[in-house]
Amino acid sequence: MTDARRPILFTLGVFAVLALLPAVFALTGWTSGMGLATRIVIYAIAVVALDLIIGYGAMVSFGHAMFFGVGGYVVAIVAHHTGLGELPFGGTNAAFIVWPLAILACAALGLVVGWLALKTTGVQFIMITLAFAQMVFFLLISVQVYGGDDGMMIDRRNTLPFVDIGRPLIFYYLCLLLLAVWLGFCRMFVNSRFGLVLQALRQSERRAVNLGIAPLSFRLATFVTSAMGTGLAGVLWANYARFVSPDMAAWTKSGEFMAMVVLGGLGTLTGPIVGAAAFVGLEELLSMWTEHWMIVMGPLLVIVALFRRRGLVGSLLGGDRAH
Amino acid sequence: MIFFLEQLLNGLQYGAMLFMLASGLTLIFGIMGVINLTHGSFYMVGAYGAAVVTAATGSVVLGAVAALAGAALYGTAVEIAVVRRLYGRDHLYQVLATFGLILFSNEAMALLAGRQPRFLEIPPLLSGSVHLLPGLDYPVIRLAFIAVGAAVAIGLWLLVNHTRLGMLIRAGADDREMVDALGVDIRRLYTIVFALGAVLCGIAGVMAAPLLAVEIGMGERILIAGFVVIVVGGVGSVRGALAGALLIGLVDGLGRAYLPQIIQSLLPPSIADTLAAGLVSASIYVIMALVLLVRPLGLFPVRS
Repeated sequence: MTDARRPILFTLGVFAVLALLPAVFALTGWTSGMGLATRIVIYAIAVVALDLIIGYGAMVSFGHAMFFGVGGYVVAIVAHHTGLGELPFGGTNAAFIVWPLAILACAALGLVVGWLALKTTGVQFIMITLAFAQMVFFLLISVQVYGGDDGMMIDRRNTLPFVDIGRPLIFYYLCLLLLAVWLGFCRMFVNSRFGLVLQALRQSERRAVNLGIAPLSFRLATFVTSAMGTGLAGVLWANYARFVSPDMAAWTKSGEFMAMVVLGGLGTLTGPIVGAAAFVGLEELLSMWTEHWMIVMGPLLVIVALFRRRGLVGSLLGGDRAH
Repeated sequence: MIFFLEQLLNGLQYGAMLFMLASGLTLIFGIMGVINLTHGSFYMVGAYGAAVVTAATGSVVLGAVAALAGAALYGTAVEIAVVRRLYGRDHLYQVLATFGLILFSNEAMALLAGRQPRFLEIPPLLSGSVHLLPGLDYPVIRLAFIAVGAAVAIGLWLLVNHTRLGMLIRAGADDREMVDALGVDIRRLYTIVFALGAVLCGIAGVMAAPLLAVEIGMGERILIAGFVVIVVGGVGSVRGALAGALLIGLVDGLGRAYLPQIIQSLLPPSIADTLAAGLVSASIYVIMALVLLVRPLGLFPVRS
């Protein structure tokens, strides 16, 4: 097997496993498995998006949960006003309208935040993205109309023509399909001329700039793209849980996303999917065993950060060199 | 006017607390180049140490001593076990490792002390209030807080600028290899600086214990504010940390006092109260964003 084919085969393998999971759950009768698998796939979309900017753009965002939260809240807010009959044309519950709207909102937020944050680098970039996420978090907490601290319930999922995504199995496969499309898009993105410029900027900004590249537009476009992907994950989460709360935008969520990326393998795109599965799966497993699951998870993250710089599968995928 | 002065003092008190955290954070970043999210845990250890030991022995002095010793020990252990391996690594891994340590610290504390918030009574010596001006009575403990903050600032300035240890710290920040080559045990120096930062956090925790609920997660709230302070002030600069802490403390204190009034005059009360609370909490992040846009390296950038 040549090295070039290995990541492709691995990715296909990951998707084959994910696609077969519902059958496994049906055979073993493990009913809560579907929810677990759906959560994994939704988080995977968010962390692939995060890997796009950290692994390929060297933009360490510590505030990506803000897009997750905003994506979810747009779904909830539209549902809220539609339920009250306050929107023109009677509002809508159609995914084809609500979801793009939510993703556009994330793009707009990403454009503003990215443009401002990219004036800084290094530790300042990490902290300014965190600061913006905190602003979003406190804003969500303080708007009483939309539930404030308690969050908002959503009566029912958005609707698509022909398929009923209210059914867990169909919703799962929809999420999986979206993950596949999103991953494929990101793969094309990083291998395109645009993506190569981005990676050149990461390797040596000075050299790239001397070759006539203006860094800001490349980085900003990538940041916005990543924000949209994370927003999509937020949209799906709101539909999955039929509940949104400010915790979706909490800084710990940003930290968890970052942990999933590194856990799987930075700069590999497929790796973070494994990272999301490992993180969410481990959380589920440990919390079955003890409510103090973080006492195990914490040191595990430390060990990964210290000793497995390329994550669980990074070396398999020939992924990112250790930073 | 009286109201304004009172809020000014509240802001100063919060600023003093922020400074005790931020000075350690900024030293650790400036000298070792490590983003240390665990810093808030030392504050939590300090607060719990004070609350638990004081409750058990009835002595505030013993409580304070135990708290500082606990913070210093935990800080040293964290440095030796984890942070030491993070020097020179990408910030991403530092954030991840110390994020893991936060999860561990919080959960370990919950196992040791339970999830119930604890409260510490204000010691008799510091209870009550003093008559500062006609119409202005201010709690003694808050004044003591400001005094301790000022003492820490002066002490730190003396330490960094007028002692041998301070000289080594400054030299280590400038050129690690050279200091190492001159025969100074740089690893031990780093451990000392890290423990010093932890002790400063411990002091803040002890002082905060009678004022706030001592609970799991208290460290993170103040930690993020501490990061705002050092980024505003200029990462690595103790002077910047002082300026940033005062700025953020005053913005928070005055915002808490005046923003609700402004918003209540504009909006119906049912919305206004929670909106004001949220906006006050968000205000320090707005300040940080504004400062970074004008001066990307903070108010007192460290030359490098």
